Amino acid sequence: MADIQNDKAALLGLLADMMEDYARAIDLDQLERWPDFFEENCIYKVTSRENVAAGYPFGVLFADSRGMLADRVRSLREANIYEGQVYRHLMGRPFILSVDNGLVQVETSFLILRTMRTGEMSTFAAGTYQDRVRVADGKASFVERIVVCDSSRVDTLLALPL
Amino acid sequence: MTAHFSQERPAWPQNELTRVPYWVYDDEDVYRKEQDGIYQGPVWNYLGLEAELPEQGDYKTTFVGDMPVIVVRGEDGTINAFENRCAHRGSLLALQNRGKAKNFTCVYHAWSHDLQGNLKSVAFRRGINGEGGMPADFDLKQHGPRKLRTETFCGLVFGTLSAETPDIETYLGEAVTARLRRVLHKPIRIYGQYTQALPNNWKLYFENVKDTYHSSLLHTFFATFKVSRLSQGGGVIVADTGGHHVSYSLSHKGGKDEEFANEGLRSNQEDFSLNDASVLDIVDEFGDGCHVQILSVFPGFVLQAIHNSLAVRQILPKNSRQTDLIWTLIGFTDDDERMQTLRMKHANLVGPAGYVSMEDGAVGGFVQRGTAGAACQSSVVMMGGASTSTSSSRASENSIRGFWKFYRNLVKL
Repeated sequence: MADIQNDKAALLGLLADMMEDYARAIDLDQLERWPDFFEENCIYKVTSRENVAAGYPFGVLFADSRGMLADRVRSLREANIYEGQVYRHLMGRPFILSVDNGLVQVETSFLILRTMRTGEMSTFAAGTYQDRVRVADGKASFVERIVVCDSSRVDTLLALPL
Repeated sequence: MTAHFSQERPAWPQNELTRVPYWVYDDEDVYRKEQDGIYQGPVWNYLGLEAELPEQGDYKTTFVGDMPVIVVRGEDGTINAFENRCAHRGSLLALQNRGKAKNFTCVYHAWSHDLQGNLKSVAFRRGINGEGGMPADFDLKQHGPRKLRTETFCGLVFGTLSAETPDIETYLGEAVTARLRRVLHKPIRIYGQYTQALPNNWKLYFENVKDTYHSSLLHTFFATFKVSRLSQGGGVIVADTGGHHVSYSLSHKGGKDEEFANEGLRSNQEDFSLNDASVLDIVDEFGDGCHVQILSVFPGFVLQAIHNSLAVRQILPKNSRQTDLIWTLIGFTDDDERMQTLRMKHANLVGPAGYVSMEDGAVGGFVQRGTAGAACQSSVVMMGGASTSTSSSRASENSIRGFWKFYRNLVKL
């Protein structure tokens, strides 16, 4: 399995599967699975092109542990109030930027449609996932996932993770 | 987007502050009156942070009500603000959110304006080969975008179009001034910026900011962790004019909240615990044990200090049913690494994805939609009686009534 880093097609397949399953966890309301895609010590951040260009460190969401991600799911389930809504992730092919010692730098475009309980549907977010993924034993997990949205504007609220 | 009811709306009795008719949140005629009475009237509009414009020529574009505005640091270091509108045919002068400029030359016919907003040159003013051009008596000084009077205070930039607006400290009043200084006491660093599009009238959001009654009832995240309860120490300061407010709470000592238990409220869950509690670590950075302070300045500014998450929010009306809320997360230039991380973690509490404030983005829309057929009905604003003064109880609506007191002095409905 150590060879997967040298087998681009296999690596791409592994990453694409991971990205797709990540999206399924959110889109199919299996949020409890969402933290499992990350390492224990990880970074998950939602920001925008504008913030990145200005050199600002923050966006709308930041977590630096898997525990924080699990807490967000728990809060969404038990504490926060938001109207019924679902996402539909559409993603481009992962583009591998570098592979180094089991650590893969990869960028993937996304488009998220949000459908509200009323049936109202909107293009909620578009941008790129800028990821650092650890590949070991045929498994992939996020060390870092920076969600860079093209727009700095969020409609009403961002309840479900991107 | 039709069905406005300016014709049949019932009268709102003079001096009535405990009832607010629902038509004020929806009527296009009210919206237009607010543009003149409030935004272009005797108020200080928040325009931005000095930290956004560190060097001469640095500019940003924003709005005063509907009016597009350029805010720019001039050659002499002072901050100028003027309408983002060419003196000639009215095109936008600046087309970027921010940038650096030596002058503002309109793209349409190249009329040029300096950093003070003065019209300096007109292309082909003398015509071409002796033909065309402007009449000889055309006076550049008589033409130009409207200028705002600006004041900076604690790193904040405010602008007004009215000659009657008093200086900023008089406008804020002593108590609110002191509470602004408490937080913004040293040079500011910007952490991030985003816009939240709110599906409601701007007043519903401003009322929500001033509404201390809802905080631990709607936002159950904080309450569940015993961080904010109406029964813990704190209070509400309302400026004498009514327009501005400060609410604050002291740190909670922990333990079960009897008032909540007695009311059987949704937020009283004792067994809720976090996997990563670092999001609730607090540094007492102002040294007074006050860990939540929300401050508002009429008509569109909020300063928030929730734990170590500091932010300014600019409320911009877009039309009678839509509002932009522009968040700028801040800290100080001398924040060490630990404080930087803490501010980023605590920023999860606020904004559109905030544990304690995502509901604020939606609840205004719930009211907007809930009242769609209720033009003749009114909301009830009676918690704490009819008072519009400072109160030690946050189970009151004094600051909301204060808002309407100030509002009704400016907008005659």
